[in-house]
Parts: sequence; structure tokens; C-alpha cells
Amino acid sequence: MTAPPFFLQQMNMETGLEQPATTADPSTVLQRGVRLDSIFRGATLVTALLVFAAVISIVIMLYIGAYPALHKFGLGFLFSTAWNPVTEDFGALVSIFGTLVTSAIALLIAVPVSFGIALFITQIAPDWLKRPIGTAIELLAAIPSIIYGMWGLFVLAPLLADYIQPWVTEHLGAWPLVGVLFQGPPMGIGMFTAGLILAIMVIPFIAAVMRDVFEVVPPVLKESAYGLGATTWEVVWNIVLPYTRVGVVGGIMLGLGRALGETMAVTFVIGNAQRISPSLFMPGSTISSALANEFTEAVGQMYTSSLIALGLILFLITFIVLALARLLLMRLAAREGTHS
Amino acid sequence: MNTKIVKRVLSSATLLLMALYGVANAGEVNAISGAGATFPYPVYAKWAETYARKTGVKMNYQSIGSGGGIKQINAKTVDFGASDAPLKPEALDKGGLMQFPMVMGGVVPVVNVPGIKPGKLKLSGKLLAEIYMGDVKKWDDSRIKALNKGVKLPHSSITVVHRSDGSGTTWIFTNYLSKVSTDWANKVGNNKAVAWPAGVGGKGNEGVASYVRRIKGSIGYVEYAYALQNKMSYAKLENKDGHFVSPTSASFQAAAANADWSDAPGFYMVLTDQPGKASWPITGATFILVYKKQDKPEIGAAVLKFFDWAYHHGGKMAQKLDYVPMPASVVSLVEKTWSEEITDGSGNATWTKSMVQR
Repeated sequence: MTAPPFFLQQMNMETGLEQPATTADPSTVLQRGVRLDSIFRGATLVTALLVFAAVISIVIMLYIGAYPALHKFGLGFLFSTAWNPVTEDFGALVSIFGTLVTSAIALLIAVPVSFGIALFITQIAPDWLKRPIGTAIELLAAIPSIIYGMWGLFVLAPLLADYIQPWVTEHLGAWPLVGVLFQGPPMGIGMFTAGLILAIMVIPFIAAVMRDVFEVVPPVLKESAYGLGATTWEVVWNIVLPYTRVGVVGGIMLGLGRALGETMAVTFVIGNAQRISPSLFMPGSTISSALANEFTEAVGQMYTSSLIALGLILFLITFIVLALARLLLMRLAAREGTHS
Repeated sequence: MNTKIVKRVLSSATLLLMALYGVANAGEVNAISGAGATFPYPVYAKWAETYARKTGVKMNYQSIGSGGGIKQINAKTVDFGASDAPLKPEALDKGGLMQFPMVMGGVVPVVNVPGIKPGKLKLSGKLLAEIYMGDVKKWDDSRIKALNKGVKLPHSSITVVHRSDGSGTTWIFTNYLSKVSTDWANKVGNNKAVAWPAGVGGKGNEGVASYVRRIKGSIGYVEYAYALQNKMSYAKLENKDGHFVSPTSASFQAAAANADWSDAPGFYMVLTDQPGKASWPITGATFILVYKKQDKPEIGAAVLKFFDWAYHHGGKMAQKLDYVPMPASVVSLVEKTWSEEITDGSGNATWTKSMVQR
């Protein structure tokens, strides 16, 4: 049972003493409170249900919109590299490939960097430095994605094209196996650049979650390890990381969710080509960039429907990723109780 | 208290509605709306501004792209649509639409090759198609050298830049490539978006322009006005008669002069690869779409009045913005078609020449 609201308690106390002439009958006040409360509960329930309704109707609308394409191409839609508006032959593989590869590049770069940031803030930085670094990271998260896109195209891409890509192609391009990843003319635009931009965009998210979970490690554990003569690295590797493993993975998943769906920044720098190239320096396309580019001008039912089908696939991919993240975070929360 | 406020709000809302209704009833339309092609947006905006100052009639144009314009006019959410690619007569009949050309422009190949000055590079249509197919990969390829004797071409890769979004510009460009190369016509084809065999895609004219400026050894295609305003290095093209021409308003006009509009049902006319010594080979007109049968004749008349004014008074403004106005012969042909084909529900012409006071 929930306690009655404060003003009702006060009322009751007053009625117990001397009844002032102006006070209403306590029973009606109580009834009014109960009624208002039930209305309030109903209203919050409705707002909560709205979320469900929105999600379900989005899925239904996506499915209806995607049905003609799914019906025509079947499961093959997932594995076809065709994307030809002229002959109306469509497949999602190029976009799925681009989405997964750019996100993978982003995580490869963002995870170690975020790990370093979070470790520095929680374990090493002096107190006066923690706040400025934390604020800087939060500011990174607040920058609109189109700004990242423009910065990527006008600042990062020229740097990559003029200095980094020629060097990498020259030194790594001839290597067996991995060399093929770094070939092609130095354009500064392509899947690698898109992955790099995404990495910068997801670092604040991953770093913030990592910092938060590193802070839940009980000091007594760390102090005991230090007392036994462990170095900082040994404490991090043997105490902090095992204790927060699940939370760290959850944070990475949240970053991955953002990387998968990012649209504008990627559209600016990925090169928007419907082709799968082995080289990371060549242009590609992600699901969201294909949608941003082509949706407004898609004429014909099959074209529009195929784009909506891409949207449905992206929805499913991000849904799975976010669901996994939630699951892991829930497990972390459950663990917290048992340890402290 | 509360009821008083509610009453006051209601009564003022009623007044407002009545006022609006009164305006509509009096046959005075003071706003028309359109949506579509991005390419003519600057000139439509300029016309709208000048027209509103003169007549008080506002024209709202959303430059959302040709495909979007066609969708919106089909859904009747706007009073007119605009498209860079003409609709086929069958498609017009199916939708009950009429189209007419408004202004012309050209698509220009722009290049970024170190050491080559604007207009120094010459290309033929076939070569352009081969470059866009990805067959010609280096700037010092023998096929490019053969056309450019005396020009020092670097041994660097060609990066092809195309539009990543569906676009009327792409439609005109691929229409030209399909006409000059059977290989292109068979393997890629002509549409607002195609399966590009090579290269990178930029969003919008500005996207292509910035990629071309950014990538050394690149070639792209943009609307003429874009190339001019951004001072991009263009290439000369060989036209149907075998002459190398530069993109200028004069060469667009030359291409348009040879077109026989009276023999084009539904004004379906593509101005690419036109004959004539001075014709620029990738020229195109941009079109306006309106319903033949107007549900609200007074709005239909206001739309046509606006475009009639633009035909007769907007030529200079168009030229200032690097567009090419329609020749007078085409204008009178369009006006004749308006008075014959656009009607209200009961068969009366929505627009007649006598309606316009000059």
C-alpha cells in the first residue's frame, strides 16, 4: 500500500484536533484525491501504451510497405547485390554489407579509445581533470550528426586523401591477404572514412557507459588489489574489467545501435555506390544512406517498396542489437545487488 | 470565466474562417503552391518573389525533386508539379495531366584533373559513356589522348562522380549516354537513378560538385548554373554534327532551336543529342504538370496566369540566373494548348488569352 499524499496526512491530523470552520469534510477530500489519482494513473498508462502502439504500428506499416518487394524477391532480397532502378531489380546485400562493415570499423576504433577514456577518468585522472574531460565527451555527443558529416567531408576526407591513404596503400597495399583492404585511388571518401566518423560519434556513448560502470566497482576490491602490490593495469585487467564485463558489453551495444542507424554523417562521406568492394577505401552504401539518398525520388511501387524493405531490415538489426544491450544491462543490474 | 474565453476564441475562429471562405468565394486566389524539380528552383523563386510584389499572389514552391513533384501532383496536394524529365504521353493521360516546358538548361561534365584548364579537355559522347562505364580508367588512356592532342594528361586514375539521389539531371545525362552508346543503353539505361557501373555518388548537384572539387582526377556532371556559379572546370563535348562545343546559353539555345515542339504530343521532348553545328549535346527542358480538368478553376487560372507572366516577363530573370528561356514559338504553342485542353468540370476553358491584361 502506498502512503496517502502529504496534504491528506496533514488534513487528518488537523481533523483529529480542532475542526476549523473552513475545512471541507475529510471524506470528500479523500475521495477527490483517490479520483484524481486514478485519472493520473490512467493518463500515464495511456502514454506508456502509446509507445507500444507506435512501435507496433511502425512494424506493421513497414511490413505492409515492404510486402511487394519481399513477395517478389523473397529471401533472395537479403543476398542479392543488385540495385537497379531501371530494370527494377533490387537486393539488400550491398547496403547490409556497408552497414555492418562501417559499424564494425567504428567499434574497432571506438571501443579501445572509449576504454582508455573511461579508465583515465575513473582510475587515473586527478579530480580537477575529471570534470573537464567528462564535459568534453558530453559535448561530442551533443554535436548534430550533419556537422560531423560536413567536418568529415571538408576536413577529414582531404587529410585522409592527401596524407594517410597514399601512405597506407603504398605500405600495406602489397601485403598478402590484408593488402586488398587498402587498395584503390586515394579519394578520402569511402567505407573507412565513414567508419572513422562513426567511431568519433559513438565514442561519447560508449565512454559514458564505461565510466559509469567502472565507478560501480567497490573501492574495497581495488584497494585490496593495490594493497597486494598490483599495478594499475593489473587492477584494471583483473578486478575492474571482470567486475563490469557485462556493462561494458552493454555500452558497446548501445554504441553499435547508434552506428547502425546513423544517416547524415555517413551519407556525406561513404561515397554512396551500390557496390561491394573488398577495399575499405572504396565507396559503399549503408541502409540508412540509401534511404536518405533515394527515398524522395523513388518512382514506382517496386523501388519504393524495396527501400521500405531496407528500412524494415535496419529496424530488425537495430532491434536485435538494442534488445541484447538491454538484456546485458539488466543482468548487470541484477549482479550489482549480489556483490555489494 | 472559462466559458467566456472559449466563446471568444470560437467566435474569432468563425470570423477567420468566414474571411478565408469569403476570399475563396470571391474568386480571388492569393496563393498557389507547387512542388518538384530542384534544378529550376532558383528561377522559380525569383519569379515568385517578383510576381508577388506585382500582383500580391504568392507562389510557394517546394523543391523536393522531380519524383516528389510527380507524387504530390498525383495526390493533389499541390496546384502544380514540376519535373526535369518529361512524362510520356501515356503517363499524362493516365493521370489526367498536362505538361508544358518552362525553362531550359544544360548538363555539363565537370572535371578535376591537375594541369588541365577549363575547356581544354575534349570528350566525345562515346568516350564519356566509356568513362562512366568504367572502361576508361586512366586520364592518359589512348582513347582520351586521341581527342586531346597537345594536352598533357596525367597518368592518374579517373574517379567517376554521379548523383546518389534520383534526379532529373541524371535522367537527362543518362538519356544522352543511351543515345550515343548502345553499350550504355543495353547495360545501364536511362532513368532518374541507374545502377552505376563505376564511381562514387554525391547527393544533389552540390554533392557532386564538392566530390569533384575534393577528388583529384575526378569527373562529374552538374547543371550548367552550378558549374558556372562554382567556377568549375568543364570539358568540351563533341555534338552530333562532330563539332566540339562549350556549354553556354548560346549552345543550349542552338540545341533548342532545332527541336520541333509542334510535333511532340504532350510536349514530350528531349533535347539531348540534337543536330546543329553549335548545339550543346546534353540540353534539357524542365516541365510543369497541371491537371487538365481543374476542380477549382480559379486556382488553375491563377497558376496559368503566373506561368504566362513568367513566359512573357521572366526571360531576363532566367537568363541572369543562367537558364535559357523558351522560344516565343513554343510559348504560343503552350498557350494554345492551355486554352484548348485545360477546363473546369463542365468543359469551359480555365484560361484564355483574353484573361491576361498586358
